[in-house]
Amino acid sequence: MIRDSASQMAKALAAGDITSVALTQVHLDRITSVDTDVHAFLFVDTQGALAQAAAVDAKRAAGEKLSPLAGVPLALKDVMTQKNVPTTAGSKILEGWRPPYDSTVVTNLRANDIVILGKTNMDEFAMGSSTENSAYGPTHNPWDLTRIPGGSGGGSSAALAAFEAPLAIGTDTGGSIRQPAAVTGTVGVKPTYGAVSRFGLIAFSSSLDQAGPCARNVLDAALLHEAIAGYDARDSTSINAPVPQVVNAAKSGDVKGMKIGVVKELNGDGYQSGVRIRFEESLELLAKAGAEIVEVSAPNFEYALAAYYLIAPSECSSNLARFDAMRYGLRVGDGEGASAESVMNLTRKAGFGREVKRRIILGTYALSSGYYDAYYGSAQKVRTLITQDFDKAFQKCDVMVSPTCPTTAFKIGEKSNDPIAMYLNDIATIPVNMAGIGGMSLPAGLAPEDGLPVGFQIMAPAMADQRMYLVGAALEEALLTKWGAPLLSKIPELRGK
Amino acid sequence: MSSLSRDDVANLARLARIQMSEEELVSLSHEFTVILDAVARVQEVASADVEPTSHPLPLRNVFRPDVVLPSLSTSEALSGAPAQEESRFRVPQILGEE
Repeated sequence: MIRDSASQMAKALAAGDITSVALTQVHLDRITSVDTDVHAFLFVDTQGALAQAAAVDAKRAAGEKLSPLAGVPLALKDVMTQKNVPTTAGSKILEGWRPPYDSTVVTNLRANDIVILGKTNMDEFAMGSSTENSAYGPTHNPWDLTRIPGGSGGGSSAALAAFEAPLAIGTDTGGSIRQPAAVTGTVGVKPTYGAVSRFGLIAFSSSLDQAGPCARNVLDAALLHEAIAGYDARDSTSINAPVPQVVNAAKSGDVKGMKIGVVKELNGDGYQSGVRIRFEESLELLAKAGAEIVEVSAPNFEYALAAYYLIAPSECSSNLARFDAMRYGLRVGDGEGASAESVMNLTRKAGFGREVKRRIILGTYALSSGYYDAYYGSAQKVRTLITQDFDKAFQKCDVMVSPTCPTTAFKIGEKSNDPIAMYLNDIATIPVNMAGIGGMSLPAGLAPEDGLPVGFQIMAPAMADQRMYLVGAALEEALLTKWGAPLLSKIPELRGK
Repeated sequence: MSSLSRDDVANLARLARIQMSEEELVSLSHEFTVILDAVARVQEVASADVEPTSHPLPLRNVFRPDVVLPSLSTSEALSGAPAQEESRFRVPQILGEE
């Protein structure tokens, strides 16, 4: 049962073959069994999940009309507030904090009767590409426990690949949904900026952050996408327009006549050979399915990484000023005669990890008088150039594609002392965030040289998210025919307890 | 070639309200030499004729009707407070004593 897709589980629930309580319990049991090894979860809400499941079962028994995913369990990235449930964003500064309110994503999950199992591990404040920056220890990739599950949302991707949950929520500022999906053989979607409310999403970089669905197949991601997306008056950057019909697109998968643009600059040097092999193979399959493959150029993408590592730290240096030890979270050094300033200094010293401090300092520098134009100002101009590259390319194609990441999952510890090497993981995912458009990663197979999953990235213009699902569904279908079973059927068995 | 000295980092850390050990100040100043070189590449293409983009959506001010809506109660708002007193946040001394 735990290896089924969310849609299959939903069908079994609707047919009365299983209750949500039973389905939730098998996932809780699975977490108990394997999470000592995987460490996908920071908090498991056993009582809350079972209570929510029982409520869904009661509604179903009473004949209420329920949403498509009603009763299916989900893992929530710990960057989303959930009322009275510990929410840390992977940081010591929020250890023990129980938010007094639900994020809009959680409100929407509840409205759809999706059962929240618990909170998943992540790089502190979503800053990282490996989940090694979590203050609570790293998450391990279920394909190989010595390797990273991606980041920042490595807990969510690992929970899916370890069959601890069939659905998860991620957030993506520079690739934190798509890169973890790529290295764990799962599906992750960053919707158009503004499609999913940021209310209750602990802010890292407000102009880039976007929540989205994580799942084990394209249709499940689409169902979750429609459950969480929509206008929210509590987020002033929320888009007031109908949600694209992504479920219909995922069910159709018709790419006949679609033009798929291969980004010349996101391939070649620096990309592992097995990543390139799987990418080329996917292009051939899409061509066979009736799509037209064209080459597009985005000359300014090579500056995206540099611009990102100015814009995101600048915004984070401002956003993280809220952790001031006054209203919630950690407070260190309080006492007779202590000043507010010294309490702030000591609290932030003790509460923030190395990478968070590095980025706050970098952002403070980039925004400081005398350097603003040279750094933050120049980065904002690069953002314009990247958006223009996308606009030009989308005149020649309906979607753009690339490998999601240059390599497969690396070893835990391999890059943790080299920030620049770590940042290079996000080279293909960052442009999407800069332009505020949609991006999806889905499994393209295993790299021959190391047997680890490779991700295929699809990018679509703003508010045309359905196009990613059309192409994703077509590729998934073609690969399934070729493999005979989903990629995750090849994942090694976790020994468990 | 940009670089930050140990003292530059100490000043930024003071502005950002993060106390740092001597080891942190020194190692961050080394790291920033590499990081600033990498990010300074944006200057290669950021010519004067390019408009900056601060946000992906072309939004101006977004207003809502001036109507009172339900919000957190005092006890909910104070539920995570490190210290409280008489239904308020208790904070350390803000002004220095003369």
